[in-house]
Amino acid sequence: MDRSEIIHQLTNIFIDIIDNGDISLYNETTANDVDGWDSLTHIQLVVAIEKHFKLRFNSKEIQGWKNIGELADSIAGRIA
Amino acid sequence: MLTFTQLKKNLKKDFSNYTKIKIAVMGDTATQFLIQSIRGAGFEQGFNLQVWEADFNQIERQVFDPNSELYEFNPEIVIVFYSTHKLLAKYNKLNPEQHSSLADIQMILIDNINYALNIQLRPKIIYYNYTEINDSVFGNFANKIESSFLFQLRKLNYELMLFAAKQPNFYLCDISSLQNQFGKTNFFQASVYINTEIVLSIDILPEVAAKTIDLIGAINGKFKKCLILDLDNTMWGGVIGDDGLENIQLGSLGIGKAFTEFQYWIKKLKNRGIILTVCSKNIESVAKEPFEKHPDMVLHLEDIAVFIANWENKADNIRQIQSILNIGFDSMVFLDDNPFERNIVRENIPGITVPELPEDPAEYLEFLYHLNLFETISFSNEDVERTKLYQVEAHRTVVQKSFTNEDDFLKSLDMVSLVEPFNKFNSPRVAQLSQRSNQFNLRTVRYTEADIETSIIEKDIFSFSFTLEDKFGDNGMICVIILKKNDLETLFIDTWFMSCRVLKRGMENFVLNTIVKHAKEKGYTYLKGEYIPTPKNEMVKNHYFHLGFQQSADYWILNVMDYKNKKCFISTK
Repeated sequence: MDRSEIIHQLTNIFIDIIDNGDISLYNETTANDVDGWDSLTHIQLVVAIEKHFKLRFNSKEIQGWKNIGELADSIAGRIA
Repeated sequence: MLTFTQLKKNLKKDFSNYTKIKIAVMGDTATQFLIQSIRGAGFEQGFNLQVWEADFNQIERQVFDPNSELYEFNPEIVIVFYSTHKLLAKYNKLNPEQHSSLADIQMILIDNINYALNIQLRPKIIYYNYTEINDSVFGNFANKIESSFLFQLRKLNYELMLFAAKQPNFYLCDISSLQNQFGKTNFFQASVYINTEIVLSIDILPEVAAKTIDLIGAINGKFKKCLILDLDNTMWGGVIGDDGLENIQLGSLGIGKAFTEFQYWIKKLKNRGIILTVCSKNIESVAKEPFEKHPDMVLHLEDIAVFIANWENKADNIRQIQSILNIGFDSMVFLDDNPFERNIVRENIPGITVPELPEDPAEYLEFLYHLNLFETISFSNEDVERTKLYQVEAHRTVVQKSFTNEDDFLKSLDMVSLVEPFNKFNSPRVAQLSQRSNQFNLRTVRYTEADIETSIIEKDIFSFSFTLEDKFGDNGMICVIILKKNDLETLFIDTWFMSCRVLKRGMENFVLNTIVKHAKEKGYTYLKGEYIPTPKNEMVKNHYFHLGFQQSADYWILNVMDYKNKKCFISTK
């Protein structure tokens, strides 16, 4: 799966969980750029992403990503 | 079941017509998701839960400070969630010689919390029991060591049950059994816990919320009273009309074990007070044959309050069952293996619960266990006798048809009623009736056992419970009245509810005669009544009018000085 496909699928997850159809994600997108992406919703997103890509992040990673690009890297590294 | 994300989306929907209930939630871990789930799950059941959440880990401060936000919020229900993780942390900090006292220490705290809440608020308390963590310090040997964490945790869950059994307003929400069912790996996610202090996984939240809402529903009088059973391939394997008595699968024949175990479960429900009825497409005599003759039948005809077997459509038959039992459709559960029948009933009978039974009868039990349809908040001896009462009622209906003159019929019943104020013996039943009575209920004020016990000692409150016995049997307690002093001249009828079992027996007249006499003896001139409409109590809309009360704004007034005793054929026991 290439990175643009990962980001596309992430976008769909964000739209569903945050319940906002206007969300677009890019490598540089951070939590500050997305309305409703707070620390609690973050957990919900993490669990949904884990389920969608059938993987488990470790505890450190969950707080570590600076932006969507790093999140996508984590995912790409696991499903490669 | 809806997912957490779906429950969260419910929060944006319109709650405005739903029943408002004020709930406080306090936990020693992060409870935001739990609260969202509970409110979202409440929406599915028609509840508009007004939730106040204590700040993180503030349980004791909120409970023991009489000026706290908790008391200012004044909730009807308080949910207390002490997690096992924090219990383990507490255990870890104790000196080893104190480890064997963990359960006792925690029970003292719970007792104090319960006491403080009752002094200030008298709320219903929902307490989550403890899901198991085995710290594996002793291995299996933990079961032999009183100071092990596992030993203390299980002791605590047991002590909680003993405590709840004695405390009328204290209810346990059994999340420990949920964890047993779904497994700890599904219940708890370590990475989420370490990052957030959330101990319930996202996937398990809807289950915990549903279990909580079941309790909240029961506290608010929403529970099932009647099970309607199909027969062929539901109660036994095969078709009695086609296969014959020897070939239907029950006991050791074929997959008969599945049906036998299923019947034992249904029998336990009957013993608990659920009314069993049969609705089957069959010739009646053929349908009854297994009940009478099959050695492996667990259920017998005396377990069935109403038995309907014919070729009419099931929706009509269920309407007939409803008219005999006089209970709401929303308190009925219909079990049928046939998807067609289920759909007909679901579409034509609003409110009835029709579980989508699995195709394989072997799965029936586990499936129904999980649905947790029969939540309740009370249990009394009357529950055990209920089927008999309804059977007697069916018999009475038959006798009534053969009398042309109603007075003659009523006279022939030899009715007597025992009238008593509330006391410690009858208060459980009074509270239970108060929760269950929906139709003949003028104001639908719900009282718990604790409320009833308080009213016994309060002056200016006069309570009456009525039983009704006749030559066919004892109906037990069937009517409750609470009168409160309104002013020097007037007694207000705060509560009047009656079991629909005893309609058309002249009980209303007997009750009014009784309370008018009481009002006069105490020197009051007026009785004042009120009708508060609900979706279910239409039948008593004109109750006070029929009894001769005069309307005055929103109330009904009766001058007891002018009152002449009404005709009735019930004598005081």
